[in-house]
Amino acid sequence: MRNKRIALVGNPNSGKTTFFNGLTGANQHVGNWPGVTVEKKEGKFTHEGKEYDVIDLPGIYSLGAFSEDEVVAMEYILSDDADVIINIIDASNIERNLYLTTQLLEMGKKIILALNMVDEAEKRNIKFDIDKLSELLNAPVIPTVAHKGRGQDQIMEAVLEVLDQDKAHDNPLIYSGVVAHHIDHMEEIFKDQDLNYSPRWTAIKIVEGDPAVRKMLSEANLSPEAQQAIDEFYKYHSSDNFELEIVDSRYAFANKVAEQGVIRPEVEVVTRSDKIDKILTNKYIGIPAFALIMLLAFQITFAIGEELLGGFAADLIEGLGVLVESLLISISAPDWLVAFVVDGAISGVGAVVEFVPLITVLYLLLGLLEDSGYMARAAYVWDDLMRSFGLQGKAFISMIIGFGCNVPGIMSARTLDSRKDRMITMLINPFMSCGAKLPIYSVFIAAFFPGKGGLVLFALYATGIIVALIMAKIFNNTLFKGEPSYFIMELPPYRLPIAKNVIRNMWNNVSGFIVRAGTIIFSVVTIMWFLAVVPGSVEPYSQYTLLGRIGTFLTPLFRPAGFGTWQESVALFAGIPAKEAVVGTLGMLYAGLYMEEGVQLVNAIQQHFTQLTAISYMVMVLLYTPCAAVLGIVAKETKSFKWPAFLAIYTFALGWVAAVVIYQVGSLLGFS
Amino acid sequence: MDKKLTDLREGNTGRVDKIVAGRGATKRLYEMGFNTGARIKIVKNDNGPVIVSLNGNKVALGRGLASKIVLGE
Repeated sequence: MRNKRIALVGNPNSGKTTFFNGLTGANQHVGNWPGVTVEKKEGKFTHEGKEYDVIDLPGIYSLGAFSEDEVVAMEYILSDDADVIINIIDASNIERNLYLTTQLLEMGKKIILALNMVDEAEKRNIKFDIDKLSELLNAPVIPTVAHKGRGQDQIMEAVLEVLDQDKAHDNPLIYSGVVAHHIDHMEEIFKDQDLNYSPRWTAIKIVEGDPAVRKMLSEANLSPEAQQAIDEFYKYHSSDNFELEIVDSRYAFANKVAEQGVIRPEVEVVTRSDKIDKILTNKYIGIPAFALIMLLAFQITFAIGEELLGGFAADLIEGLGVLVESLLISISAPDWLVAFVVDGAISGVGAVVEFVPLITVLYLLLGLLEDSGYMARAAYVWDDLMRSFGLQGKAFISMIIGFGCNVPGIMSARTLDSRKDRMITMLINPFMSCGAKLPIYSVFIAAFFPGKGGLVLFALYATGIIVALIMAKIFNNTLFKGEPSYFIMELPPYRLPIAKNVIRNMWNNVSGFIVRAGTIIFSVVTIMWFLAVVPGSVEPYSQYTLLGRIGTFLTPLFRPAGFGTWQESVALFAGIPAKEAVVGTLGMLYAGLYMEEGVQLVNAIQQHFTQLTAISYMVMVLLYTPCAAVLGIVAKETKSFKWPAFLAIYTFALGWVAAVVIYQVGSLLGFS
Repeated sequence: MDKKLTDLREGNTGRVDKIVAGRGATKRLYEMGFNTGARIKIVKNDNGPVIVSLNGNKVALGRGLASKIVLGE
């Protein structure tokens, strides 16, 4: 027998992810919903010896056609795949969270309400009459504090109880007036139809004018009379604002529930959140505060990830190299194998793996920022400035997410309402320097700017933001004209980041990095190594090898930018499958070149670059063609190959121009 | 007397009377809690987006959008 399936539904910021992590622990996996790039999280949970599947639906405010997230959630709930729904409610924000609940009740599903973060509400002197709430909503209500595991057992008891019931309780929300008349009328029509979902719900959605449901019905097997009734309804009522009346009725119900079941203090408690906001959203301090937070984040990333821990990782890899080499020699392995493993695999992939501590700290800090509630403030303080570049504050969140990885950065553009905003946000995201580029910068920083790591990184990231904004403006005036979409965003209270969430998020990213090192980067380095040792008749790693000849052919292209050796040109192209391969390839090629001298990658780079060319190379890396995964996600999100091709070419051109300008102007001014 | 949300100062309150925006934007505002009669308190109103409080929970609104919300007493 299949496991019983529990779906989690709730608003963004309701603590749904924490709830999910609390239930499933490490036993979860992340994928995509079929056909779309909306993230799908599934996990397993065992209670009293029985295993349950838990499905985490995207965080949404409503179930309609507003966004892909909402459509995914609605279609999933309609599919009846879930046996029971746990609706996570932010206890401090009960009216708006109950708005979503009213729609779940309309769908006639078995639901349990988890009144989450009750501790936070208690701090604000908000009290609850749980029995009353449960009675009014006609569903079990359980107070919970997900990150402490409070209420989890009671939730599972309620789940077992609800699973035993034949059907869901009746919906306690009753519409009135003209809207009710139309809903009743439609329901009568749908009752005789062969529909997979409740006639009542379908009727409400038709009167509400939900385009997603209309589309679903046009694909359903409706009788011509029923189809005609729908068409006529829209013909005569297109200018009536029934949808607003329906929202008002749902809110009236939510307000009634809150009035009777929630006791609020006379005077609102001024929270610590309010005090922090006074500073971080101040019109003068807001943006400098943001810059300071980012600068601090990069300083810490570098100080801990590179200077404190980086050495250990490097020593570890080096030790491993020596060990493996002597092992291979002792079993008298053939020379080519020793060369491949030591110069190719260990120097190449090792050069990437050395940066695991750095990446770990970066993702840890980005995760802390994300979990703290600061991101919404960053969007707020940047809204004005973003508007002058033709975008809006929410687009800035996609940009910050891009600092970790451009793929989720681009996916998050989905939360924007207009196509114009989405397209521009996707096309500029690659200028947000991602974690995979960090190893490249750190090698050059170690070679030429020791001790100034945080500052150099900050300058690079800031350059990325500036270029992104300028390109946004240009796109806004050329390819995608129009006003930026409207900005509406919840500012959740600041919360102490929850260790479990931050660590899980960090681990997902770091393990992704390690997996890439073992797969894509290993493959790229292997191919590069192979090309660098054939034909066997020439000196390996020299310009006479196949790779050397390809590089030599490409070199004139990059000479105006100052990096004139074939190794450097080849490494840039190796970075297109995955950015880490730039360092991997350089590490492999230089290790081969300086084999006998035992020269480290950093020393090799010092011999091949100058301060000026190091800068032009880093800027090229910052701006040029993003990795294959990014191009792939752009193709998927835009459903076209035209846009990723455009992205690949324009970023390359831009990176090249910037690197050339830096080198040429720098040389003229006498820098080297 | 009806006022635009952007005309109110910090600390003032009002109730949503109507929203004069496009259909999609209006519905989203309603769904986010700016429905008829909702009580709104202005938390911040200077040159950037407006921050309002709905039952003690903060929402930021772009100025353009905020000016389309008409408040009554």
